Amino acid sequence: MTVDLRTQSLNAYYGKHMAVRDITINFEKNAITALIGPSGCGKSTLLRCLNRMHEVIANTRVEGQVVLDGENLYDPGVDPTALRRRIGMVFQRANPFPTMTIKENVVAGVRLAGEVTQRSALDAIAEKSLRQAALWDEVKDKLNQSGTSLSGGQQQRLCIARALAVEPEVLLMDEPASALDPISTMKIEELMRDLKKTYTIVIVTHNMQQAARCSDYTGFMLAGEATPGELVEFGDSSSIFTTPKDPRTEDYITGRFG
Amino acid sequence: MTNLALRRAYSGFMVVVAGLCTLLAAGVLAAVIFYVVQNGAGALTPSFFTRLPAPIGISGGGIANAIAGSALVIAMASLAAIPIGILAGIYLALYGRGKTATAVRFLSDVLTGVPSIAIGVFAYALVVLPSRHFSALSASVALAIIMLPIIVRTTEEAVRLVPHSIREGALALGIPSWKAVLLVTLPCARAGIVTGTLLAIARVAGESAPLLFTAFGSLFWGRGINSPTAALPLIIFNYAISPYKDWQQFAWGGALVLIIFVFLLNLAARLALPSRMPVR
Repeated sequence: MTVDLRTQSLNAYYGKHMAVRDITINFEKNAITALIGPSGCGKSTLLRCLNRMHEVIANTRVEGQVVLDGENLYDPGVDPTALRRRIGMVFQRANPFPTMTIKENVVAGVRLAGEVTQRSALDAIAEKSLRQAALWDEVKDKLNQSGTSLSGGQQQRLCIARALAVEPEVLLMDEPASALDPISTMKIEELMRDLKKTYTIVIVTHNMQQAARCSDYTGFMLAGEATPGELVEFGDSSSIFTTPKDPRTEDYITGRFG
Repeated sequence: MTNLALRRAYSGFMVVVAGLCTLLAAGVLAAVIFYVVQNGAGALTPSFFTRLPAPIGISGGGIANAIAGSALVIAMASLAAIPIGILAGIYLALYGRGKTATAVRFLSDVLTGVPSIAIGVFAYALVVLPSRHFSALSASVALAIIMLPIIVRTTEEAVRLVPHSIREGALALGIPSWKAVLLVTLPCARAGIVTGTLLAIARVAGESAPLLFTAFGSLFWGRGINSPTAALPLIIFNYAISPYKDWQQFAWGGALVLIIFVFLLNLAARLALPSRMPVR
């Protein structure tokens, strides 16, 4: 197992409330790791800690380490802006920038950061990213239309293309298909399997079938009534879903709660 | 009569009453416009817009200096109030959580309600007294203070309406926070901000009280921002209370120009609104 990204004794807080406690996980390179668990177990919070998006919310705090290529992302010297270019993120609800066209949306990351300004280079990045996100054929004739004119599933793939355009190493996906119909969901899952050749993917999902279908590793998280979310079990997806070691995992995946 | 019939009759009666009230409200507005157009349209000749006021007893002349003076004062006020107001509005919408923000919000609400003549007195004390003369600049200060809270609050509302997820999307791409605000969030709020700004300009364009002891008025072309200047609301006031027929007609003409200007600003504000609002 080649480790690309890992957390070490990670605690995350909203104000005084501790949302996740003592999470230590290794995310393997070029694999899909799924985080599952009932609502409120802290899986989205954990995901947002990985690219320091947790701290965007006021009064939040993180303890412990997130290590990418041997570097602790919570070291004082690390610039969160720069690290978010290495760890991209796709949100639960597609959030294309409403005032931008499809093409402008895709290249927003590189253009607004001032990395690339040349028109032909931007066009090339847009095409490459849209192809990677399996959206090119559907939108190549309407690149100058508004990003919000697309269907929900297309908008989500547009957001994936937008995240890929900045060439991250890791892609975080926060329930990327939960608001989509089955066909769009299937397309996103196919896309993920394709993308893991190049990227390390961490996906948060409510959908256990989805985790079983497309992830290589699965972490099951659980929070108690008054206790923060913790990692109950972590392992190969095949063993988690067939022979879970912890009775709580078994209860959850067999649908006894959650 | 059955209960139902009674209720129907009562409902019908109230509909008629409400309709009459609407008619009355619209009627007053229509009457104002009708009288101003009827009395003022005749004054709108080319010389009205290009000439200085003529001395008493000599016919002709215009109010070009007042139009130019108003334009100068409003332009300077906008130049100060728009950037400050928009930045303050962004601050309140995105970062305004603490005590400072609550205080700023409360103060700008209070400021919106302060009578404009009080703001005029303030500008008089702040600018006119120390410099020892009336000036276009002091008038701009007064108008800018009136504009500021309107722009701050409309900008805040417009920026607040942009979904948080849009800004998060930008931050997650590694776009620096200030660029995410200026280049992603702000364009989504553009329509609302433009509308608020135009309405603020329309509001101060017709203010006369704060100009009385700041711009002061003049019968000649203004000599820069440090000298007294004519302004449309002042000339309307002075001419309207004068005993001379042609001056009174000029007052109606000035009022018509002002109404047309405010009308156009409102129209522009309305046109700015529906353009590509955020979907979510």
